[in-house]
Parts: sequence; C-alpha cells; structure tokens
Amino acid sequence: MKTVIDAHNIKKIYNPETVPVVAVNNVHLHLERGEFTALVGPSGSGKTTLLNLIGGLDKPDNGSVIINGVDITRLSANKLIDFRLHNIGFVFQSFNLIPVLSARENVELIMQLQHVKKAEINVRVTSLFRQIGLEDKMDVRPAQLSGGQQQRIAVARALASRPQFILADEPTANLDTKSADNLLDIMAKLNKEENMTFIFSTHDQRVIERARRVVTLVDGQIHTDSSPVSVHADYPVTA
Amino acid sequence: MWFRLAWKNLWRNKHRTSITTAAIFFAVILSIAASSLQDGVFDNFIKNMVSYYTGYIQIHQQGYWDHQVLDNGMLRNEQYETRIRGQKNITAMAPRIESYALASFKDLTKGCMVVGIHPEEENKITGLQKKVIAGDYFDHNGGNTVILSEGLAERFSLQVKDTIYLISQGYHGALAAGKYLIRGFVSFGSPELNDQLLFMPLKTAQEFYAAPDLVTSYVLGLKFDKTLESTVSNLRQISGDTYEVMSWKELLPDVDQHIKMDKGSMYIILGILYLLICFGIFGTMLMMMVERRYEVGMLVAIGMKKGILAMLFLTESIFTVIIGSVTGLLCSIPLVYYLKEHPIRIGGEMAETYKRFNFEPVFPASTDPSIFITQGLIVLGIGLVLSLYPVITVFKIDPVKAMKK
Repeated sequence: MKTVIDAHNIKKIYNPETVPVVAVNNVHLHLERGEFTALVGPSGSGKTTLLNLIGGLDKPDNGSVIINGVDITRLSANKLIDFRLHNIGFVFQSFNLIPVLSARENVELIMQLQHVKKAEINVRVTSLFRQIGLEDKMDVRPAQLSGGQQQRIAVARALASRPQFILADEPTANLDTKSADNLLDIMAKLNKEENMTFIFSTHDQRVIERARRVVTLVDGQIHTDSSPVSVHADYPVTA
Repeated sequence: MWFRLAWKNLWRNKHRTSITTAAIFFAVILSIAASSLQDGVFDNFIKNMVSYYTGYIQIHQQGYWDHQVLDNGMLRNEQYETRIRGQKNITAMAPRIESYALASFKDLTKGCMVVGIHPEEENKITGLQKKVIAGDYFDHNGGNTVILSEGLAERFSLQVKDTIYLISQGYHGALAAGKYLIRGFVSFGSPELNDQLLFMPLKTAQEFYAAPDLVTSYVLGLKFDKTLESTVSNLRQISGDTYEVMSWKELLPDVDQHIKMDKGSMYIILGILYLLICFGIFGTMLMMMVERRYEVGMLVAIGMKKGILAMLFLTESIFTVIIGSVTGLLCSIPLVYYLKEHPIRIGGEMAETYKRFNFEPVFPASTDPSIFITQGLIVLGIGLVLSLYPVITVFKIDPVKAMKK
C-alpha cells in the first residue's frame, strides 16, 4: 500500500506565551492510500487542529507532516497553497460553496486554478456530477439546493482537483439523516471504486460506523486507533 | 472567469454595491459641480474685470504703473505694435491714453477718468459698443465727442447731445480744457467703473492733453486666457527694458489674492467632501471583508493563491469605483452645462454686496474639460487607494483563523 500521509511526532500549542493550550501533542499518524478514516473525540480534543495540520492549513510547532513524500511543514506559504490545490481536497461542515456561482462553476473553479484545459474540465465536471447524482442541478446556484445537495457539490469540488486524499471536517454535521446517509454512500462508493482516501473529523455515529478505521483523540493525543466497534465500546462518542 | 466572478460578486449584495457606487457617484457630481461653479464664478469675475476695462495684459512705458502720470506715457511705435499683434495668442491691441479730469455740467463738477481709446480696437477687447445704453458708439472718425459711464451721467443728469466741460493738467504741465458733445452712455456691471469713466477717441484725448501720438498703455486681448503666463513671458522678451508687460494678476493684485483665498477655502470644502467619500467607501469595504472573511479563508484553504484573490477583490473594487465615477461624470456633464446656460442668479442685498465688490451677482458654471477630468480622477484615485484595503486584508488572512466561527 502506498503511504499518503505520514504525520510524525506533531505538536501544536496555541498561545505559547500567555495561556498555553496543547491542542495536538506528539501525534503519530500514518495513512495508506484508500483508507476511510474517522477522527473522533470530544470537543476540544484536537480533531480539527490535527486535520488543519495534515491539510497544511496550519504549521505544527514540532514534528513533520509528510504527504506523498513531501514534508509540507517546510514549504513556504505560497508553495503550501499550491500543494493543497494539487494534492488535498477539502469538505467543510458548512459546505462553503461560492453563492454567486452555479454548482458547475463551483466545481470548475478548482480546475481553472489548476489551469486544466476547458475540454478536460467539461469531461471531468460531467463525470463528477454523475458520480454525486446531481447531473440535473449543474446550472443551479447553491441557494437553490438543499444542504445535502450542497455538500455533495462540495465533495465534487474536492474531487475535481484529483487530490491524494480528502479531508472532511464534520461533513454531516449540518445534514439530516437521509442527506447524511446519501453523502456517506457517495463517499464510500468513491473510496471503494476509485480508492480515494478520506479522513473525517466527526461526532456523527453514522460516519464512525461506516469508517474502516477510527482514530480517537483525547486531549490532543491519540487515545485509540482501531475499528469502529471497539472504539464505540471503549470510548462513548457524543456530540 | 475572474472578471465574471468579480462582476457576480459585485451583485451578491446589491445594497452594499449600490451604497458604494452611489457614494462615489454623488461625490463625483458634487466635486465637479462645486469646482465648476467655483471656476465659473471666478472666470466670470475675471472676465468682468478684465473685459470691462483692464484687459488680460497691459504694456506701459517702464515705470508708468508706479507713477501713473501722462509724463510717463510712451510715444506710439508702429514697428513694436506690429510685432505684438503678430503674436499668436493676441487677438487685439488697443492703445489708450488715460488721465483724470474735472467734468462740469451746469453747476455740478465731478472728477472723472478720461480714457482716450481707439474705438475699433477697444471694442474688440472690452466690447464697449455692446455696453452702450443710450446714444451711439464712436464712428471711425469719432470727432469731438465723448461717451460717459451711466453713473457719471446720472450724477450730472445728462442727456445725449448735451455738452460737458473738461479741465485737467495736460502733458508736461500744459493746461487741458475743452467742451465735448455727449454721444452716448455706457453701463458697466462694476459700480466702480460705472461711476467715473469718460471715453473719447484717442486722437481727441491726445489733443485734449496736448500729447500728440502719446499713449499710456496698450491693452491686449487674448485668445486663450489659460496661456496667460506664457504669453506674458513672450511679450517681456520682445519688449525688453523699454516697456513693462503686466498681466491682470499684477494689475489687479487684490482680485488675484481674493481668488486665491477663496479657492483655498474651496479646497478645504472639497477636502471634507473627499473625506466623506473615503468614509463611505471604506465603510462598505470593511463590511464586505467582514462578511466574506470565512469565504476568503476557505478559498485560500482549497488552493486559491492570495495574489489571485487580491486581484479578484481589486477587480471588484475597481468595477465599483469606475461605475460610480463614470456615471457621476456622465451625469455631471448635462448638469454643469445647464448651470452654464442658466446660471444661478442671486438678488436682494446679497446681489448689492456682490456688486460693491465688483462681482456680477451670477454664478455661472465653468465647462472646462479639465474640471471633469481632474475631479473624476481624484475620486477614482481615492477609490483605487481604498481598494487596497481588501487586497492587504487578503494577504494578511490566516485561513484557520478566518474559518473559525
């Protein structure tokens, strides 16, 4: 299996000079291609911080994050943005589609940033919308879509750049049960059929149940790293 | 794509965009209208002062302006006159002989200024013929006739074809005396001129003052008053030390000073206006950045370079500023032209006050294209400088902090 993420001994302290808060403490995390991993833990356990560090949005105070052989902690801010564009897909809790663009334009945007040719953009967009089951909503603006539909468009946007993996920060938190299940079905299908690597931070039991690997964080440290069933028994996850 | 995105972003919050555009629109209109009125009023004032009597430029014998007596006059020099007339910005050159005299009619006597003029040349500069309100203007010959200003005629209760007596000191101390037929009356907007001027043909005045071929000044008319300084400079080169060349600013220093002071206070008003524009534009930009902070963080997170984002915001701001400036500029054109054609007229005591200070009580607007260009560019510049705020904010943004709710 190909290693996609190798986070080694990473540490993040907020307010080091005033009231230090250790958000992530000496975490080692190794992810292979095709993993479907959930990061769980109570609020303030460091899930989002760990995702931000892995996603290159934040820099650790100690340790290294190696993605596809590149230590992203050593990249300059501009190179890091470029790295994220080509290697990491993001799905956010509150969808974050650009309201003035249609669903298609939201997905196209990321490819335009990558300078993908127009003809290829069209092919990929059509394929992505087919995969998320929203071919008939391509020219609709986000405000005219349900929350679930918007999150599916966000997944398509994350996939559009052909990333190494997708980081999803509580992707089902704002969705009803049906929409959440639908979204998870799509993600699971993409994981199974295209071997796409997914890492979620979540409180949602449905996500945890469908994850093939569950990493539990407590006080910034990995508490358990195992299957959902054992995690569920070992550590009660609540919203 | 970026232009399209910028354009779409512009209309995502119609109220905000409308407020910003309206702030710029009205700022351009107000600054143009204020500047046009100011320039128009002063242009009109200068035109009044200069065209009524002084002319844009005067040439005298060196030293005449400090000691304005006939003995400091100059003999006419045809060669010199031809050279001056040959200058491209000179439209007319009117020789004058000016001195004071006592005018008498029946049992009344009053001091007046006798101005000997070349009727045709004088008319080209001061349009004196148009100011005739009774009787006639001088014909080619002129003869032994005079034209009085309205105020002076009223003082004597004179009628056309009455005879007035003049007595004065002539050239080199000679006695000057004569009686003259009144040919007509002229009216001036300036009360000062209206109360004391008495015109006679140049030759008649030279005979009266026993100063054949003598003139005290050449009064020059200009095609383009904006090139006054360079024209004066050229004429000084031609005239050497024999003659003194003076622009109206030197001839009427009080007027020039008054205009400068008034323009200074107008700059303060315009400065306050620009400051209000700054607050208006900056306020909406601040609001926009607060609203879109999360989105900016998200775009940086998914891989949009800050430079591209900054360009996007700059394009949006430029769109807003240009729309406001251009529409303001276009709408100000008919407004200013209307104010030129239908100048604001003031009446009552205020009008009298204006007249006392040699102002015509009208506020015409100037349609000088430089006003539109300058004010449009200033507001555009303010908008563009303020557009740097979103750019700076984008470059400073930390996506993690920006996406924290």
